[in-house]
Amino acid sequence: MNVSFQWLQDYVDLNGVDPKELAEKITRSGIEVDSVKARSEGISGVVIGHVVEREKHPDADKLSVTKVDVGGPELLQIVCGASNVAAGQNVPIAMIGAVLPGDFKIKKSKLRGVESQGMICSANELGIPEKFLSKTQKEGILVLPADAPIGSDALEYLGLNDQVLEFDLTPNRSDCLSMWGCAFEVAALLEKPVKLPHVVIHEDTTERASDLIQVSIEDAAPCLHYSARIIRDVVVKPSPQWMQNRLVAAGIRPISNVVDITNYVLLEYGQPLHAFDLSKLKHGEINVRYARSGEAFVTLDGVTRELDESMMVISDGFDAVALGGVMGGQDTEVNESTNQILLESARFDGGTVRLTSKKLGLRSESSVRFEKEVDPARVRLALDRAAALLAQYAGGRVISGVVETFKDENDRVLADVDSARRIHISNEKINLTLGTNLSSDEIAVIWSRLQFKAELHGEHWEVCVPSRRNDIRLAIDLIEEVARLYGYDRIPTSFIVGKTTTGALTNEQIIRRRLRGQLAAQGWHEVLTYSLTEPKTMQAFPVAGKHGVVTLAMPMSEERSVLRHSIIPALIEAAQYNRNRQLDDVRIFEVGHVFLGTENANNALPNEQLMLGLLWTGSKSPRHWSGKPQAIDFFDFKGQLETLFEKLGLTGLIWESSVREGFHPGRTAQVSVKIGEGVDVLGTIGQLHPDQQRAMDLSDTYVAELSVSVVVEAARRGVQFQALPKYPAISRDMALVLDRSVSVDTVIRETKALVGDLVESIRVFDVYEDEKLGRDKRSVAFSLLYRVPERTLTDEEVSQRHFGMVEKLNERFGAVLRA
Amino acid sequence: MKERLVSLQNAALAELEDVANPQELNEVRVQYLGKKGALTEILRGMGQLSAEERPVIGQLANDVRAAIEGALAELQTKFDAEETNRRLAQEKIDVTLAGRAPETGTLHPLNWVIQQVEDIFVGMGYIVAEGPEVERDYYNFEALNLPKNHPARDMQDSFYITDEILLRTHTSPVQVRTMEKMHGEVPVKIICPGKVYRRDNDDATHSHMFTQIEGLVIDKNVRMSDLKGTLLQFVQEMFGPETQIRLRPSFFPFTEPSAEVDVTCCMCKGNGCRVCKQSGWLEILGSGMVHPRVLEMAGYDPNEYTGFAFGMGVERIAMLKYGVDDIRHFYTNDLRFLRQFAHD
Repeated sequence: MNVSFQWLQDYVDLNGVDPKELAEKITRSGIEVDSVKARSEGISGVVIGHVVEREKHPDADKLSVTKVDVGGPELLQIVCGASNVAAGQNVPIAMIGAVLPGDFKIKKSKLRGVESQGMICSANELGIPEKFLSKTQKEGILVLPADAPIGSDALEYLGLNDQVLEFDLTPNRSDCLSMWGCAFEVAALLEKPVKLPHVVIHEDTTERASDLIQVSIEDAAPCLHYSARIIRDVVVKPSPQWMQNRLVAAGIRPISNVVDITNYVLLEYGQPLHAFDLSKLKHGEINVRYARSGEAFVTLDGVTRELDESMMVISDGFDAVALGGVMGGQDTEVNESTNQILLESARFDGGTVRLTSKKLGLRSESSVRFEKEVDPARVRLALDRAAALLAQYAGGRVISGVVETFKDENDRVLADVDSARRIHISNEKINLTLGTNLSSDEIAVIWSRLQFKAELHGEHWEVCVPSRRNDIRLAIDLIEEVARLYGYDRIPTSFIVGKTTTGALTNEQIIRRRLRGQLAAQGWHEVLTYSLTEPKTMQAFPVAGKHGVVTLAMPMSEERSVLRHSIIPALIEAAQYNRNRQLDDVRIFEVGHVFLGTENANNALPNEQLMLGLLWTGSKSPRHWSGKPQAIDFFDFKGQLETLFEKLGLTGLIWESSVREGFHPGRTAQVSVKIGEGVDVLGTIGQLHPDQQRAMDLSDTYVAELSVSVVVEAARRGVQFQALPKYPAISRDMALVLDRSVSVDTVIRETKALVGDLVESIRVFDVYEDEKLGRDKRSVAFSLLYRVPERTLTDEEVSQRHFGMVEKLNERFGAVLRA
Repeated sequence: MKERLVSLQNAALAELEDVANPQELNEVRVQYLGKKGALTEILRGMGQLSAEERPVIGQLANDVRAAIEGALAELQTKFDAEETNRRLAQEKIDVTLAGRAPETGTLHPLNWVIQQVEDIFVGMGYIVAEGPEVERDYYNFEALNLPKNHPARDMQDSFYITDEILLRTHTSPVQVRTMEKMHGEVPVKIICPGKVYRRDNDDATHSHMFTQIEGLVIDKNVRMSDLKGTLLQFVQEMFGPETQIRLRPSFFPFTEPSAEVDVTCCMCKGNGCRVCKQSGWLEILGSGMVHPRVLEMAGYDPNEYTGFAFGMGVERIAMLKYGVDDIRHFYTNDLRFLRQFAHD
């Protein structure tokens, strides 16, 4: 809402009040004032002049030479380039020494040899934005009304010496979508009274409106109150300059007196009005009903709209003539030839208007106000105010009587000016909620500033909240009013008194922090990527579950239309981004949710899982003067995870060769972990498929995606001390020639099973492949450490077990001890 | 024999004077003191000496050995010193060359800020509560006093998946879920961090996905002054002990009274600068007393219990704290950006 400071002065005495200070005061008590703008910013020295003579310029076709009366002793000779300049006009004159926007200083000059003592201004040159101008105003100089006082300040005449406060209203303060509401707010802050417009209508009693028109609301139609007046003999012409000035200050384009008056009252009372050309209402009837499905309707803006059954229309008994609360129709629009009008002031259901406006993508000054519910008590007041203004400024004859109807009896009661909500509240409740110690007297002052009638019964207030404050319905709403007018700054600072609580992170939260902290300590960078992504990038890593991806109903773009079911594509994108900027070594991780569709996607939330994604590409360590950088391989990557797992206390890990789409089939592992009796899959680690790497222009890149919940479940915190060995160990090495298809992990697990009670550790210290060993064979050298905690083992028993085990391995895997 | 020993000593000492390196020194050692050396050779004749002569010669032999050993040791020390000096000269390195530093990892600045905020509130007795990012309309809106078609829903334009399921627009649904789980028990003291989503075009100050932290307290006799006290303590721990707060009335459907909270500008300490647009204050929090309808819907009698809630945008705090000028930096994951947070 743009609030003209000058207009506001009609209602509240603002003498000696600085607009900027007022704005600060308003902001500090609940309505943010985004800006305070002087309309004449950078303009001075413009007066109203009368063009006495206009001649063609002797040497230039497009220029005119004028003689202008600016109220001084002599006429000024001014050269003008506008085609619409003519003798007899009143126009704004920038005198010698005047300044126009853009620091444009007017000096005495010669145009094609003819002296010019100033400039005739267009509206645009006076800083009036184009959107507020009519076609002719855009093209030429601004022609002022014939009664404009010659020689006086044009800025004042055009209301440009005004300041405009831009109110950024929160949804609850729709009462300030009107000057009326703003006046009460400002008056409360300044502790001043409000002067409301004094409306007097002289009705023409020779006719009765109710004889001319019938008004009805169809049973279910969400119109709560419809009132109308008939005004005859209107003359459609421009509205008075002061009214136009105020509309422009508020951001509405002046059109004609009739339309401007409805808009003026809309701004003043917050009540949208509509003027129909009565002669175009064919059936002497106004009927509010729901639209029919597929009903076509041409709105004022000339657009044909297809309506549906959720929308409300005003009809003339047959055809729709307005889209209730949103916009009028073209067919019944007021224009220059209109001479009688039906003036509508109604209260439509906010939800219906909101839905219609949303469906049609059509918001108007009216719909914005109806959406937030208008004041029931102002419907008729606004109707009368507009009728009086039409009589005054459009020469109208107001036919006697208001034709109106209500949805039900309650709505009739609400329309009564005196109906106010009564809310009960105690001093104690106020003070307990705020932590203040306000007395009844202090609170009474606040009610009176708000102009709420209140009665004190002991410690209890009965407060009458006028209908203009639609937002105040509960005791807590009154407490807020007390708080903001008392001043939030004056509320003391205290600490919660109740029971003391122990704050702590949960086990899961601690482990997650350790996980992230450990990765950072190992040289990984934590990233954050978007959850919303495009289906295409997700396809390379298909969703594991069978219920597919989670898709937005109305995405803003294809790029952000589905929820990710894997973190890996986003990590690849981040790697590419960095590679494109010569940052070749990328080692990143993210802990974030992935989203899997569920069977019952309409009613059930997607399956949200917290995953750890990792990506590493480039070299092992930053490039160094001492040697060439070494590219990472699978085992560098795996080692990083092994360190992490160890740090988190994960044991009993099972690594298995695995195949997953998007991964290198020979360099991918599934890692699982024993939890209790069962085995849970942690996730997949491996190299990106070479095709992927090529497509993404990446060198060898390793990625992993692990379930954080499984990590958390498998992680152990706390330490149980193990006694240090008292007896020496015996070490035995063995090199086995194995088929390449036999995984080392299988051999180790089998070995452990065979000699487990004696062996302390088994470690691979060499892997060797050679043609001489045979096709698809390799030699793996193991180092075994034999030890038991309670005694020294003898060579003999170790040898016996060792070679017995080797024999079994031979039987099981065809493993041959290498000579 | 005595003469032989003396001349042996003299010969040895004379020879040592010409020794030039450790090898020659060793040769001399072997020649005179070795198992088959000259001294051993002489001492073999000890058996033929009389009982009176034996201790005298014995003593002399020991003195000779000591003299030769002493001379040998002296030379050895000299050669060792020379050797050391040579090595030291050889082994000199340029210590100004870069060390072999492993890559320093980093936590994401937003998560780092969340961690700091969590820690402050955990210290004040709060627990950290979490919830799903895809939510039911009920938890995200309705239970927060935002019924369907409520105009205030426009403040948070959202991404719907179905009519009833959407990406949460704030972390407040976690508050509702927590209250539900508590079944009317008090006190509730939680802090809820997490990602949220709104239909915004990404630009320097908007992001369709961003991060929030909200807090909620419910108990008997929780007052607005407690909210002020809590927030003051928080901002002083977060931004420094001189930081002050300023509350401005505002509107949120789920709190009443509601307040926007400004803190002393951390750039200029309140003197006015470009960042705070010369006001000395920065808006960083929304807060208020929990709306009675919200309490009621979650199973708390508003006549018996009151509460306060507050929320802040993590990006906003991180941008102010680190002077980051574009919100997109947080999600672009440029390593040159991330590496800057190694030492916060």
